[in-house]
Amino acid sequence: MKRRRNILNWIGFAIVLVALVSYIPVFAVFPVTRDIPWANYLLFLIGGALIASGIRRAFRDPEHYRGKMSGSILAVVSALLFGFFVWGVTYFTRQIPSGATAVSVNQKAPPFVLVDAVGKQVSSADILKDRRGLLLVFYRGYW
Amino acid sequence: MRGFEQHLNEFHQRGVEVVAISVDSPTESQKLCQSRGYTFPFLSDPKAETIRQYGVLHPKGGENGQDIARPAEFLVDASGTIRWANLTEDLRVRARPETVLAAIDRL
Repeated sequence: MKRRRNILNWIGFAIVLVALVSYIPVFAVFPVTRDIPWANYLLFLIGGALIASGIRRAFRDPEHYRGKMSGSILAVVSALLFGFFVWGVTYFTRQIPSGATAVSVNQKAPPFVLVDAVGKQVSSADILKDRRGLLLVFYRGYW
Repeated sequence: MRGFEQHLNEFHQRGVEVVAISVDSPTESQKLCQSRGYTFPFLSDPKAETIRQYGVLHPKGGENGQDIARPAEFLVDASGTIRWANLTEDLRVRARPETVLAAIDRL
């Protein structure tokens, strides 16, 4: 009897791949799915559950379903990818210096004169002359 | 950045200007602003002098070991005093515009 391809393993693995690569281009764009990457965790969970049921039927019903070997390999690779994602969002992106050295609230903001994107000089004193305030957004840049 | 751009009108209505600061050159900033549609000023601090003065230097944080800025937001009032600050511990997690607008409304 011809054994059927175990499609659950492959769909599950495809969802795991989507869970990994979708964070930066899609879910990190929106603060609700960025700060706690629940949407990606959910995708990993769905992918993992599909692979688990695929492997289950491969072992329980090997006469009808293939995928004992391929399912196990996909499960291990998926677990590694999930581990990499968790490492990325809980450790890697936290490797920045402590904020303790920053100027603190109620201190004087150091004045500055810097050039903007078209080479024009911008001074913090000039901005504050006719405004209520100034929001400074420091960012890493793209070097 | 995207969030601040989307809420830029609300900052301006409150009399608050938004500026971004990094070690990027003006050319790089211009490319970034054009590709992402940012309209507020992006200032260039190539030697990280202002970044250092604000205490937000990330020594050798750049890809080639350059000194860059760690992510941070400061709200400065008209008298030049810092009234609110956000120093994230995670690169992914930045101040939300709503949070900053609420801080402005409390001033």
